[in-house]
Amino acid sequence: MATIDAPEDERETAGVGVGRGDEPLLSVEALTTAFYTDRETIRAVDGIGFDIHEGETLGIVGESGSGKSVTARSIMGLVESPGRIEPRSSVRFRGEELTDLSEKEYRTVRGGGIAMVFQDPLTSLNPVYTVGNQIKEALRLHQGLRGEEATERAIELLEAVSIPDAARRVEEYPHQFSGGMRQRAVIAMALACDPDLLICDEPTTALDVTIQAQILELLEDLQEERGLSILFITHDMGVIAEVSDRVAVMYAGETVESAPVEELFRSPKHPYTQGLLESIPGRHPDSDRLRTIEGDVPTPNAAATDCRFAPRCPEVFEDCHEVHPQPVAVGSGDEDHHAACLLYPEDTSRDAAVEHHVERKRERTGGEGE
Amino acid sequence: MSESVDPGVGEAVTTGPESAVETTEGDVLVEVEDLRTYYDDDSLFGAPVKAVDGVTFDVRRGETLGLVGESGCGKTTLGRTLVRLERPTDGRVLFDDIDVTTLSGEALKEWRRNAQIVFQDPDSSLNDRMTVGEIVREPLDVAGWRSAEERRERVRNLLDTVGLQEEHYFRYPHQFSGGQRQRVGIARALALNPEFIVLDEPVSALDVSVQAKILNLLEDLQDEFGLTYLLIAHDLSVVRHICDRVAVMYLGHLMEIGDTEELFADPANPYTHSLLSAIPEPDPTARKQRITLRGTPPNPRDPPTGCPFTTRCPAKIRPEEFADVGDELWERVEVFREVLRERNRADLSVRQRVKRLLGRRTQYDDVDEVITDLFDDAPVDVPEELRGHIGEAADRVRAGNPGKAVAYTDDAFSSVCDTEKPAYYAVSGSGRESFCHRHGGGYESVDDVVERKRSNDGLDV
Ligand code: SF4
Ligand code: SF4
Repeated sequence: MATIDAPEDERETAGVGVGRGDEPLLSVEALTTAFYTDRETIRAVDGIGFDIHEGETLGIVGESGSGKSVTARSIMGLVESPGRIEPRSSVRFRGEELTDLSEKEYRTVRGGGIAMVFQDPLTSLNPVYTVGNQIKEALRLHQGLRGEEATERAIELLEAVSIPDAARRVEEYPHQFSGGMRQRAVIAMALACDPDLLICDEPTTALDVTIQAQILELLEDLQEERGLSILFITHDMGVIAEVSDRVAVMYAGETVESAPVEELFRSPKHPYTQGLLESIPGRHPDSDRLRTIEGDVPTPNAAATDCRFAPRCPEVFEDCHEVHPQPVAVGSGDEDHHAACLLYPEDTSRDAAVEHHVERKRERTGGEGE
Repeated sequence: MSESVDPGVGEAVTTGPESAVETTEGDVLVEVEDLRTYYDDDSLFGAPVKAVDGVTFDVRRGETLGLVGESGCGKTTLGRTLVRLERPTDGRVLFDDIDVTTLSGEALKEWRRNAQIVFQDPDSSLNDRMTVGEIVREPLDVAGWRSAEERRERVRNLLDTVGLQEEHYFRYPHQFSGGQRQRVGIARALALNPEFIVLDEPVSALDVSVQAKILNLLEDLQDEFGLTYLLIAHDLSVVRHICDRVAVMYLGHLMEIGDTEELFADPANPYTHSLLSAIPEPDPTARKQRITLRGTPPNPRDPPTGCPFTTRCPAKIRPEEFADVGDELWERVEVFREVLRERNRADLSVRQRVKRLLGRRTQYDDVDEVITDLFDDAPVDVPEELRGHIGEAADRVRAGNPGKAVAYTDDAFSSVCDTEKPAYYAVSGSGRESFCHRHGGGYESVDDVVERKRSNDGLDV
């Protein structure tokens, strides 16, 4: 099996933000989540790795089928059959390994340390209970608060997510809330667990831009006030640019590039990231035609032995079909910027670079996985 | 920011939707005059949804006109009304000088060939039991176009035109990717050689790299066949890329319409300002200051009497008596009004109603807390007169009558924005127009007010 996160020595310095150099809050290594059906096995997430430090926002960006949402669900322990997290995958939260927890143990993690906000707030809200009762239920479960005290706290939480007239609205039902207000209520519920890490899976995709702006601003404020770490998953490059400290780009189950946000947009290195940025309207106001990426995203249904982007890559060369690229520093002195592409490290000869990937893969897998 | 040209500032182009907006440039294909589409969805509430509430504009031959706005603003209804998928309640749509709102029967069918629509969601708009060939051929069959052999030939050509292969003819839509399905939808729309195509969010369900291909295709087809597009979209970067002109819609009204580059570089209307400032830019170094709007758009069954944007506008004109109240305090007054409107709007649950009927107020049904938050803890003094009005409104809430409280504050705090519909004013030399009282002279300019708002944004209540 392939294990393709960046090597330990490089990962040490990979964090940006408040907790830099400290033990990461969340550390994902060699995470592989596969879905088994009669016909095929889909490696929706295939050996990814990243760290999130305290107070930091990691943005994961990718198109449909990239595996970004499965990544979130894997961390939350929400992968359902026929999906399975493969052995050797590791998700450590505050140093504790999560992948071997029982469902019951996982529930305390979800209630206490990690909370998740989904794209559609209605999946998280029960239509037959008032918003207040749902927040109070979370408070009872995770903080042992009841009665008057819980009500007071629920109102405070609704106020914390800037719902005006919170004392009144706490008694209303989800259908009495607008889309933006519902997403605020879901965030309030997530906060009821007093989490350290908030996983947001396309939380603003279903919202209008003026409402999206309100929610992004809210998340920013909450992060500042509470020192939250955020894993923010989206397909929207604009949103990624706005919220992230660091960005990981996913393609066909793998992380193809990761870098601090400004670096990634200023100087994307992986040909896929380059293509993705080029295809956004407005990055080249003077050119008439949008640049495109030929072909379609492949379905990763076996361990990779080549570059999954090779069939679409404008830079492809022979080795790309033979060698599975590993995340490596894009150049010496650029320890914070990784790309899984045989063109890197860019300050060595091409042959040396390819050899570097081959070796790295051997180190990672101990010779397995071929 | 580009230099703004302001020739006709202060002069209304029209005095309202009664007179048509003059367009001098280009040849006009579609003329929309004071169009209204109301829905009666048989609900108990009586008042119809005013989805499109009096819009007037032209679509020029060969151009791409963008129609942007947030969900519920009426843009989709407007697009559907233009191709007669909806019947307008009032107003006219002149298509090459023929009023198509009155067409029916054979004449309508004939005209429909000329005006097609491509839908957002290629999944639900294509019949999964038909092959791709049949789907594209269907409009030809319905129209009885030429011989069966010629129809099949035409379909093959169409598939080729939109970048699909001949062997796709016998496949089913579910065997295709989202981008390919959208190509099928486009081929079908092209079948009868229309002049005008409404594109209703054609790329919003697609990934960005696929979206780019479809946008390029749409541009190629426009050049090749001389098509005229109305592109409905919420993604403003798409609109900026592909549209010649843009119309910005809010709550059934056009707020601003004009040249795309001008409108993006130098928006005139407060709503356009807000909308543009809300878009996250794919550039982490861009540190633009957002104008965050409070609340959500009003219910289109019960739109404001004056300007549709009045309940959220960051540049709303103050009533004269309160001209010297500070911005921050005034924002609190507006939030108070929003709270009252919300309370009046929220249909109470049965349990809440019962509690109220029994005379037991729900525990937190207490307006005093709101007033404490907003005004007692305000960092500035609240003048007596203002406090008096707030007290009066609060009395009405305590008496169990939020509707009367809303009416009271509407009366006490209303300005021209609440009471009168603005006119359309020319805001540039190219004929761009904006629907806002502030262009009428005697008021501080929109730019100045918005600039001030940006710099002292951040009231958190
Ligand atoms: S490894 Fe080769 S094919 Fe893959 S992205 Fe790099 S250059 Fe392209
Ligand atoms: S008319 Fe008044 S409320 Fe409407 S946009 Fe202009 S300033 Fe704002």
